Amino acid sequence: MPDIKVTPLGAGQDVGRSCILVSVGGKNIMLDCGMHMGYNDDRRFPDFSYITQNGRLTDFLDCVIISHFHLDHCGALPYMSEMVGYDGPIYMTHPTKAICPILLEDFRKITVDKKGETNFFTSQMIKDCMKKVVPLNLHQTVQVDDELEIKAYYAGHVLGAAMVLIKVGSESVVYTGDYNMTPDRHLGAAWIDKCRPDILISESTYATTIRDSKRCRERDFLKKVHETIERGGKVLIPVFALGRAQELCILLETFWERMNLKAPIYFSTGLTEKANHYYKLFITWTNQKIRKTFVQRNMFEFKHIKAFDRSYADNPGPMVVFATPGMLHAGQSLQIFKKWAGNEKNMVIMPGYCVQGTVGHKILNGQKKLEMEGRATLEVKLQVEYMSFSAHADAKGIMQLIRMAEPRNMLLVHGEAKKMEFLKDKIEQEFSISCYMPANGETTTVTTNPSVPVDISLNLLKREMALGGPLPDPKKPRTMHGTLIMKDSSLRLVSPEQALKELGLSEHQLRFTCRVHLQDPHSDSDTLSRIYSHLKSVLKGYAVQHLPDGTVMVESIVLKVSSSGEDPNLKVILLSWSYQDEELGSFLSSLLKKGLPSGL
Amino acid sequence: MSHPTLPCNVLKFKSTTIMLDCGLDTTSALYFLPLPLVHSSRLSKLPGWASKDGTVNLEKELKECAGRVFVDSQPEFCLPERELLDLSTVDVILISNYHCMMALPYITEHTGFSGTVYATEPTFQIGRLLMEELVTFMERVPKAQSATCWKNKEIQRMLPGPLKDAVDVWSWKRCYSMQEVNSALSKVQLVGYSQKVELFGAVQVTPLSSGYSLGSSNWIIQSHYEKVSYVSGSSLLTTHPQPMDQSSLKNSDVLILTGLTQIPTANPDGMLGEFCSNLAMTIRAGGNVLVPCYSSGVIYDLLECLYQFMDSANLGTTPFYFISPVANSSLEFSQIFAEWLCQNKQSKVYLPEPPFPHAELIQTNKLKHYPSIHGEFSSEFRQPCVVFTGHPSLRFGDVVHFMELWGKSSLNTIIFTEPDFSYLDALAPYQPLAMKCVYCPIDTRLNFHQVSKLLKEVQPLHVVCPEQYTQPPPAQSHRSDLMLELQPPPMAYRRCSVLGLPFRRRYERIQLQPELAKALVPSEIKPGISVATVSAVLQSKDNKHVLQPVPKPTPVPPSKKRKRLMEEVPELLSPKPLLSGSIPLDAFLASLHKSGITEVKVEETADGHILHLQAEDALIQLEEDATHIVCDNNEPLRTALRDLVLRFLQKL
Repeated sequence: MPDIKVTPLGAGQDVGRSCILVSVGGKNIMLDCGMHMGYNDDRRFPDFSYITQNGRLTDFLDCVIISHFHLDHCGALPYMSEMVGYDGPIYMTHPTKAICPILLEDFRKITVDKKGETNFFTSQMIKDCMKKVVPLNLHQTVQVDDELEIKAYYAGHVLGAAMVLIKVGSESVVYTGDYNMTPDRHLGAAWIDKCRPDILISESTYATTIRDSKRCRERDFLKKVHETIERGGKVLIPVFALGRAQELCILLETFWERMNLKAPIYFSTGLTEKANHYYKLFITWTNQKIRKTFVQRNMFEFKHIKAFDRSYADNPGPMVVFATPGMLHAGQSLQIFKKWAGNEKNMVIMPGYCVQGTVGHKILNGQKKLEMEGRATLEVKLQVEYMSFSAHADAKGIMQLIRMAEPRNMLLVHGEAKKMEFLKDKIEQEFSISCYMPANGETTTVTTNPSVPVDISLNLLKREMALGGPLPDPKKPRTMHGTLIMKDSSLRLVSPEQALKELGLSEHQLRFTCRVHLQDPHSDSDTLSRIYSHLKSVLKGYAVQHLPDGTVMVESIVLKVSSSGEDPNLKVILLSWSYQDEELGSFLSSLLKKGLPSGL
Repeated sequence: MSHPTLPCNVLKFKSTTIMLDCGLDTTSALYFLPLPLVHSSRLSKLPGWASKDGTVNLEKELKECAGRVFVDSQPEFCLPERELLDLSTVDVILISNYHCMMALPYITEHTGFSGTVYATEPTFQIGRLLMEELVTFMERVPKAQSATCWKNKEIQRMLPGPLKDAVDVWSWKRCYSMQEVNSALSKVQLVGYSQKVELFGAVQVTPLSSGYSLGSSNWIIQSHYEKVSYVSGSSLLTTHPQPMDQSSLKNSDVLILTGLTQIPTANPDGMLGEFCSNLAMTIRAGGNVLVPCYSSGVIYDLLECLYQFMDSANLGTTPFYFISPVANSSLEFSQIFAEWLCQNKQSKVYLPEPPFPHAELIQTNKLKHYPSIHGEFSSEFRQPCVVFTGHPSLRFGDVVHFMELWGKSSLNTIIFTEPDFSYLDALAPYQPLAMKCVYCPIDTRLNFHQVSKLLKEVQPLHVVCPEQYTQPPPAQSHRSDLMLELQPPPMAYRRCSVLGLPFRRRYERIQLQPELAKALVPSEIKPGISVATVSAVLQSKDNKHVLQPVPKPTPVPPSKKRKRLMEEVPELLSPKPLLSGSIPLDAFLASLHKSGITEVKVEETADGHILHLQAEDALIQLEEDATHIVCDNNEPLRTALRDLVLRFLQKL
C-alpha cells in the first residue's frame, strides 16, 4: 500500500527554522529551509544530517520549495545548498526570489560582521544559492519531473507568500507555509481550491487564538500610539523590514493624515525605500483595492514616514520609529530599545510573534530586568504592549482552510505543542479526519489509497451510460462487465468481445442441452402455451416470448416441446442455453421438472 | 472569421463549445470620415456625393475627398459572425492576447452568452485599457446621426469603389458602451501560464506563453487522449514579453494556426532602424514626427529603442508626447507585470528597478503623457517633438487632430509602425497631404520561415489554418515562400466554414476504486499480456467516471409469503464472462477419470470428438471453439461437467 511520509526537521511542535521533509510517490521534497531566531548555536539551523550523514543532499531530494521570504522559512537556504550541498531546483515565487537574498545578506552581516561569527555562509554563497532558484507563478503547474508537479496558491502572509500543492500521480500534499485568511490593508486573503489532498500541512501559530475584529485591534494600536505621542513619549515598533511594516505604515500614514499629526515617523535602515519599491513593482500580489487604484495613487509612496538616522534616537520630543528586526534579538531595534527602555513615558509595541530566547519574548512575558551581553542588566521601565498584527490564520482561519481544501488528513507544524494539541482535538472532532503533530525528527506516515486510472473504451462506456439511463438508481445499481487488458504499463478496459478480438482469440461456445420429461395431457402446442404462461408469470422482468415457429424463448434460451409416439401425454421439453445464460438455464430446467401448476 | 490576425473560431470538443479569441476587425473604419476633436473646416466643407446621372443622392451620408467617397457617420466595425451558431451555447472563450478580445462585448452582451472568458492578467488589464480608449475616442465626439441609406443593397451597388465592394455592411456595428465593456469583462476569469483549467471535467485548457505581447498566450486544449493546440499571435523575437513556450506544443493531434505576421516581407529590426533614422532626420530639420499607434505593445519597445537612440543621435532634448486617455495607465501597468516579462526585464525588478526604461524617461521629463490634446497638453506642448497617439486607423482619436495640424507642412513626418491598416487607405481622407509619410510596419509575429521551422519542431499530426496562409499574398503571387507548404497539406478554413477535425476518440479515463482493483484476478493470456474480468458499478459525475465494487446484496429477511419459487428467480442481467481457448482431449479425459467418470466412449467426428458418458447417460461434444454438454435430469452431474470444462478455458 503506498504511503506518504512527513518528517519535520524544524517547526515540529515549535516555531522557527521551518523545514519539513515529505516523501510522496517515491519523491522527496523539502518544504522551507529556515533558521531559528532563538538560538545562536547549531540549533539555529535544521539538522540536515537526518537526510544523510555524509555527502550532498542532491541525491536525496527532488526539489526544495520556499513558501515566503521570512528568515525562519529561508534563513538556512545558503547553508543547506552551498555548505551541506544541494544542486537541485529550489522553487519560490518571484517576490520571494527578489526579496529573499536581501534578507539573507542582512542576516549574514549581523551574524558575521557584527557578532564576528565564522564558519557562516558568505555573500557569494547567497548568490550561488539564488542561481538555483526557479521562479513559481501563482496557479501555474510546474512539472519538476515527469511525475512530480507543484502548484502555488496565494497565502496572503507577506508579499509573495505562497501555499503549495505537491502532486505525484493521484497522491497529493498541501503545505501552507504561513498564511492569513482575512484580507488586510495591503494583502489579500489566502485561497485554495477544493484539491482534496491526502495531507494538509498547516502552520498553527495561533492555534488557540480567535482574534477579535481587526478594526478593534487597529483602533487600539492607534490609540496607544496617539496617547504616547501626546504625553511626549517615544514609540518603538520592532518589525521585519517587509511585511507587517508596510501594513502598519499604511495604517499610521492614513491616521496621521486624518488627525493632522506632526510628530515624526521614521523607518529604520536603508531597506525601507527599497522595500517599498518592491511593493510597487509587485503590486499584483497586493490586495484588490491597492491594485485597482495604484495608477491614481500608489499606497506605498508615504508622505509622513521618513528615513531614520541613528542620531535621531536621542532627539527630544515624541516620535514613532519602526525598526528592524521584529523580535528585538539584534540590530537597530535592540539598540533603540536599550536607549529608550529606561523611560516610562516611552512605549514599545510588539506587533508580531516572538520566539523563545529573544528579548521580545522575554519582555512580553513581563521580565523587568534583562541580562545583556557583558553581564550588564537593563531595567525595563517603558510600557510594553503586544498587538497581534502577524498575518497568521487564527483557529477560525485554519478551520476555514480545511473546509476549502477538504484534506483526508491534517498535519500541524509551526506552533506550540500545547496549543496544537487543543486544535488537533478540535479538528478531529469537527471534520472526523486524523490530525498529526510530529515533533522534529519524528516521522508521520499516512497510508493512501489511490484509485487506479484505466483507459476505458469509449464504446463500452457509452453503451453502459446509455443502458444506465440518465439517472442512476442507487437502490438497483447496474453491474457493468468488461475485460481489463494489462500490457506493458497500459491498462485498458474494453468489452469482452473487443478483448477477444484484440487479443486475436476466438470465442469458445459452451452450450448445455437438457431434456425434461413431463406428464401433460394436452396437445404439444397447448403444452407449449401453458409453459409460456407459466414462465411469464414466474419470470417477471424477463423477456419471455412465444415464437410462431413453435418455440418459447426466455432471453436467449430456447424451449421446444415434443411428445413420444407411445405416450402422447408424456412430453419432452428440450432446453438449450449457452454458458452466458447459465443461471437462468439451470433455474428453468429445475423449475420445469416440478411440473406445470394445475391452475393453468 | 475572415481576418487571420483577428481570429474568432469555435471549437467543439467532447461536448464542450470553446470560442478561440474574439477579434474585432476595425479596418471597416477606413470607409468612414475621420472624427475630428475640434471643428475642422476642411472636413466640414467636403462635397457630398451623388451619382453622376443624379439617380442616387446621398449628399448627407457620403462625402468626397480627393476622388474617394467616405461615409460621414460614426465609424463602424466588422463583427465576428453571429448567425452561424447560437452564442448562448458557447461554454468558454479563450483569449490569446489583448488585440484579440476587442469584440468581446459584442459576443457576451445581449446574446444569451452565459459562459466564462479565460485570459491572463496582463491581457485582461491591457485589453480593458484598449477598450476603454476606443469607447472614449467615440464618445467624446458624438455624431448626431448615423448613416444607413448607403447600406441598402441596391444603393451600395451603385457606389464607387471601394465602398461598393465592402462586405456584410449590414452587420457592421457602432462601438459598444463602457457599461457593456464592464459587463463583458466581469465574465473574465484570470489564469496564469501553465495553469491547468478543467472545463466540466471533460477538457483541460492551458495557456502558454506566446512571446508576442504582455500576457499573450497560445492555448492547449486536451483530454487524456487528444490534444489540440491553438497558436495565435506568437513571436520568436526577443522583445519585452516572456519567450514563447514551444516545447509544450509537441505531440498535438491538431494545431490551429492563426495570427502570423501581416507583413511577411519586412524585418522588424530593419524597420526599427528605419524608424529611428527617419525620426532623427525630421527632428534635425525642425519638423515634428507623428507616430499613430496602439497604446500598448510595440510602443514600449519604440520608447526603449528611442531611450538609447536619442542621446547617441544628440537629440536628447526633443520632447516625446504620448497622448491617450489610457497613456498613464498603460505606462504604469507595463511596470507591474514582472512575471510576464523576458528574463532580462525580470532581473531588473529583483534589484528593484522598473523593468522598462520609460520610467526614467518620465522622471527626466523627456516623455510626457496626457489624456488628450485638451487641457495641460496645449499649454506645455513644444515643437519640434515626437507624438505617439492613436488610433492607427487615423479615423478617430487625437491623431486626427495632429493630421489636420501638421499635414500641410512638408517638414513634418508621419511614421506608420502598426501593421493592421493599409497606410494609403488610412491617409486617403487627408489628401492632398504635404507631410512626409514613412511606412515602417513592425510586426513581430511569426513569419512563414519561422512557422515552418516551428512546425518541424513540434510536429503536429494536422495543421488547421485560415485559407490566406495556403496561398501567396495576392499582391505577391509569385512568392511561393510566403505561404504554408506542409505534408499533409494544412486544412484551410474561411469565414463561416465548418471543419471536422481528423481524430476519432476511442478511449476515456476511468478510475478503478482501490477496493475493486485489489479484488481483480489477472491471468496471463499471452507473454506480457494479462487480462482480468471486471464486474463493477459505474458512477459518472461531472464527466468523471469511477468504477466501484458491486455492492453485496442485502439479505432479505425471510418472510412466509415469499418463500415460494419467486425467491429463487436468478438476478436479471448478470451475464457470465466470455470464454476462450480449447479443450485438450487427453487432459480432459484424465480429469473425467479423476472425478470418477470412467466409462467414456470417444467417437471421432469431422470437427472434434463426441464423448459418451455411458454410465451417466450424458454426452459431451468437444470442438475447437465449442463444447456442448447434453445431460438430462441430472443437475449435479451437469454442473460438475461444466466446472471441469471451465477449468480448461480462459474467462474474459
